[in-house]
Amino acid sequence: MKITEKEVRYVAELANLDLSDAEVHKFQADLDEILGHVDRLNEVDTEGVEPMTQVLFATSDDSSWRADIERPPLGTDLALENAPQAGDGYFKVPKVIER
Amino acid sequence: MEIRSLSIGRVREGLLARRFSAVELAQEALRFAEAQNPATDAYLRFSPERALSAAARVDEKIARGEDPGPLAGVPVAVKDVILTKGLRTTCGSKLLAEYVPPYDATAIARVEEAGGVILGKTNCDEFAMGSSNENSAFGPVRNPLAPDRVPGGSSGGSAAAVAQGTAALALGSDTGGSIRQPASFCGVVGVTPTYGRVSRYGLTAFASSLDHIGPLARTVRDAAVLLQVIAGRDPLDATSAEAPVPDYTQSMDGCVKGLKLGLPREYLNGLTSETGDLIAAGVATLGELGCEVREISLPATDYAIGCYYIIATAEASSNLARYDGVRYTFRAEASGTLSDMYRHTRGEGFGAECKRRIMLGTYVLSAGYYDAYYLKAQKVRALIARDFARAFSEVDAIVAPVSPFPAFKLGEKIDDPLAMYLSDIYTITGSLAGIPCMSVPCGNTTEGLPVGMQILAKHFDEPTMFRLADAFERARAN
Repeated sequence: MKITEKEVRYVAELANLDLSDAEVHKFQADLDEILGHVDRLNEVDTEGVEPMTQVLFATSDDSSWRADIERPPLGTDLALENAPQAGDGYFKVPKVIER
Repeated sequence: MEIRSLSIGRVREGLLARRFSAVELAQEALRFAEAQNPATDAYLRFSPERALSAAARVDEKIARGEDPGPLAGVPVAVKDVILTKGLRTTCGSKLLAEYVPPYDATAIARVEEAGGVILGKTNCDEFAMGSSNENSAFGPVRNPLAPDRVPGGSSGGSAAAVAQGTAALALGSDTGGSIRQPASFCGVVGVTPTYGRVSRYGLTAFASSLDHIGPLARTVRDAAVLLQVIAGRDPLDATSAEAPVPDYTQSMDGCVKGLKLGLPREYLNGLTSETGDLIAAGVATLGELGCEVREISLPATDYAIGCYYIIATAEASSNLARYDGVRYTFRAEASGTLSDMYRHTRGEGFGAECKRRIMLGTYVLSAGYYDAYYLKAQKVRALIARDFARAFSEVDAIVAPVSPFPAFKLGEKIDDPLAMYLSDIYTITGSLAGIPCMSVPCGNTTEGLPVGMQILAKHFDEPTMFRLADAFERARAN
């Protein structure tokens, strides 16, 4: 096995995903199979190869800059419109700190 | 006028000759699309108000004697991962079932500025993750040519709408083949432009180093005109390319004599099916047009799937972290602490494929595995890009299959995620290299299922890609 049930539960915790026991077992089997395939990358000699972090083209040094001009922002009301819970201009969430 | 077979040119001609108004056309197109939609469920929802007001603006321009724009009055369908201000945008997810974007994607703004009439939003795999459109929280889409089969994915609704004739054009998104593969399955043209060619402002992020917006259409020319409209630098997307946008239709002069085409040996090995025969016949047509075809080698191809599914899932796990029940409409009920709320919201909200990819992506980025998986994959990605660079020093374009097989049956592959991933092999390599690639219809199997041929070109060499595709399309029409 490439990945244990304990690791699956740990990764789910890192990802903030609540999984049922059935899902844990299913994903353990799926990830195991996929990681088995992915392991073939180890056959490739990448000695001295620079990692490709993104597709880059020859551009001028300031190509990702824009003019420093003010633009109106979305505004609080619009930004909050899709919030499941909001109030007083804020996103509301369950209590974080116990008193 | 026949709604089913509208083209940009025909709409323009009719509008300028005052045979019909843009509003009349939009009303008729909406009526037709709404009536036909139950056969495929390509659209998730229609936007009649938005369509009619866009059409009215076109009519006003024509009445004032102004140029109504290159897409004047043309009905356009939009994949539901591209944000439309005030028009619900769900990404095929339960999490965003009620999400109404506060702004338009740049591609949307450009389409409407050019006179395009957005009819509605099309179904897709959840957050664009899938190759069959079966991962949508709102049900599958059926292939208009074979209702028991998938339309491909993830831009399945967009491809189906164009094939069905319920839109003349559609916008899709492509991360590993999500425009080309459904275009191939539905028998339409689908274009993944060069990485950075089209602004992604307002495209819901899946894997940021791989995401593209691109056009689907019934002809190469219409796809090129739509790309012309949406391409170009956008100050709102720092990753959009500065390179000037050439006139794509000008390159489509039918002149392909002497063009050097590469056939990757690694793609054709094992392709013994009818798909292989149709691609071989397509290559023969290009040979008859005077192209010089030679075999080339892209040796890193074997590792592309592994490379892609590490990079794409790693980036997805990070991009999807924002759906936490705080900002985007859906929050699980009966949440205890903040941390419980995150976990329950995501556990209830995401479908199986998204969860699988979030898990894989989180795993490969987690402590102790980063170098072995993510870093290794980025190095292999560099080798895949190098393969293409070497090939393009010898040839002008590459011709390949899009998918190993035509549209498969609904439910046929959904229980085998690895098999589904492996079927993306021919489209994923071009995505990793960031080069322009497209699918152009290349005939039907004996069962009547369409097969697309893929044309790949150098970075920003969409003109050569379109020139070839257009010449091929014309040769096949004769």
